[in-house]
Amino acid sequence: MIGLAQVYIVAGLIFAASAALSVRDASNPKRWVNAAFWGLLALSMVAGDRLGDLGNGVLVIALVAVAALGGLGRGVVPDDSASRKDRSARHGNRLFLLALVIPVTVLVGTLLFKAVPWLVDAKQVTLVSLALGALLALGIGLFWLRDRPVAALQEGRRLLDAVGWAAILPQMLASLGVVFALAGLGKVVGNLMSAVIPDGSRLGAVLAYGLGMALFTMVMGNAFAAFPVMAAAIGLPLLIQHYHGDPAVIAAVGMLCGFCGTLMTPMAANFNIVPAALLELKDRNAVVKMQVPTALPLLGFNIALLYWAAFR
Amino acid sequence: MNLWVLSGIAVMVAGFALRRINPLLVVLLAAAASGLAAGLDPLALIAAFGKAFNDTRYVSAVWLVLPVIGLLERHGLQERARSLIAGLKGATLPRLLTGYLLLRQTTAALGLTSVAGHAQTVRPLLAPMALAAAQPADEAEAEQVKAMAAATDNVGLFFGEDIFIAIGSILLMKGFLEQQGIVLAPFDLSVWAIPTAFAAFAIHALRLWRFGRGRQR
Repeated sequence: MIGLAQVYIVAGLIFAASAALSVRDASNPKRWVNAAFWGLLALSMVAGDRLGDLGNGVLVIALVAVAALGGLGRGVVPDDSASRKDRSARHGNRLFLLALVIPVTVLVGTLLFKAVPWLVDAKQVTLVSLALGALLALGIGLFWLRDRPVAALQEGRRLLDAVGWAAILPQMLASLGVVFALAGLGKVVGNLMSAVIPDGSRLGAVLAYGLGMALFTMVMGNAFAAFPVMAAAIGLPLLIQHYHGDPAVIAAVGMLCGFCGTLMTPMAANFNIVPAALLELKDRNAVVKMQVPTALPLLGFNIALLYWAAFR
Repeated sequence: MNLWVLSGIAVMVAGFALRRINPLLVVLLAAAASGLAAGLDPLALIAAFGKAFNDTRYVSAVWLVLPVIGLLERHGLQERARSLIAGLKGATLPRLLTGYLLLRQTTAALGLTSVAGHAQTVRPLLAPMALAAAQPADEAEAEQVKAMAAATDNVGLFFGEDIFIAIGSILLMKGFLEQQGIVLAPFDLSVWAIPTAFAAFAIHALRLWRFGRGRQR
């Protein structure tokens, strides 16, 4: 059955190729650091299940040590804008067709693979489709554009180097969330939150729940981690059981308050920090800053919706 | 109540505020602070973090799209995206980004969250198109335009996906409520994402319009 294991092998091979190509990049003074970083990540992808928990822990420490002590570098990227323009004119809109191969594969794969659970792990259809789409687009692209596979891997490595250590920040933060949960952090925050609500104030409880979802999401970087905590501390005992609010509204709109928090925090690295790196922005927080003026009024809307719609 | 387990949050806030320390290191230190405060022994803590890291590899696996994106860029995809927009007369920045917002929200509402994204669409297509439509005067303005393109993708994704009944967050809520003896169909929850989806579109589209107008002056 095709599932995560196969996707991890594809990703691992790409990271391994990036490590190998880093070594050969003489223009990068830190080429060995980059090679070690992508090499360790390749090892995690390909062999993570065989390393054991402690082994994986040591691997993480090594990854962080390489990034924090060594510091990843970037080689000189040759200016090929003239040849890009030239090729762009030659290939024309065919390039858009190739760019569409990934989304179309994801679309078709998401719909079709659910019908063949013996072939593709039903829980992982999206990621499997994405990997398949990327490989399909790569194959067609290499054939159509008449280029060598190593050229694609080289370009992929340059993009990866542009993202740098931020490439694993989302995974690190997801792991931190697991450790926080293990340490019982959610219960403590929930207790503190329920202690600050004034007695008998329905509006106070709604405000504490909505703002609490947004704030705790900002801390955890993820509304999924904040929801069980805030729902157990305020949503369920106060809003649903005490004030008899509509559970569907309280759960659904509470979660959306959390999404407003996601827009405002560097902790949601895959949405906020990684794109800044991908777009090569100077300010790491440029995307967060751009999102705050949308997130705040929307949070206000959500809290008002909670207040009016849950207690009709 | 052991308030020391909150020390991890303090480490995160301080570490991100200082900016001098590598954020990956800050994350490890935060895990150590909260974990040790909760009474985990160091080896168990390292193993717990290692297991969590191994279980969440799917987060980093998405980078496998980079070689094909790089290949397309090498053959001029960004240039092509730019000239397409430059050739369209009415393609202003607010119109382009509002159109993308609508498309992203609608596809996400149908459960198709991975058809677009920062690596797949924003960097190779949307950002160069936005730059071509905006014609920024300097580097600082170009940064703003690119950041707005990324922000628009996020807003569209977040406030579209919850309308889809089989998305992770809906299933999480359903599961949580069920444990408390409240049984709801996914549809009961997802229907309440619709008002916020409209509000998000209205607020962000208004901001895009003002962003475009502010730049014209």
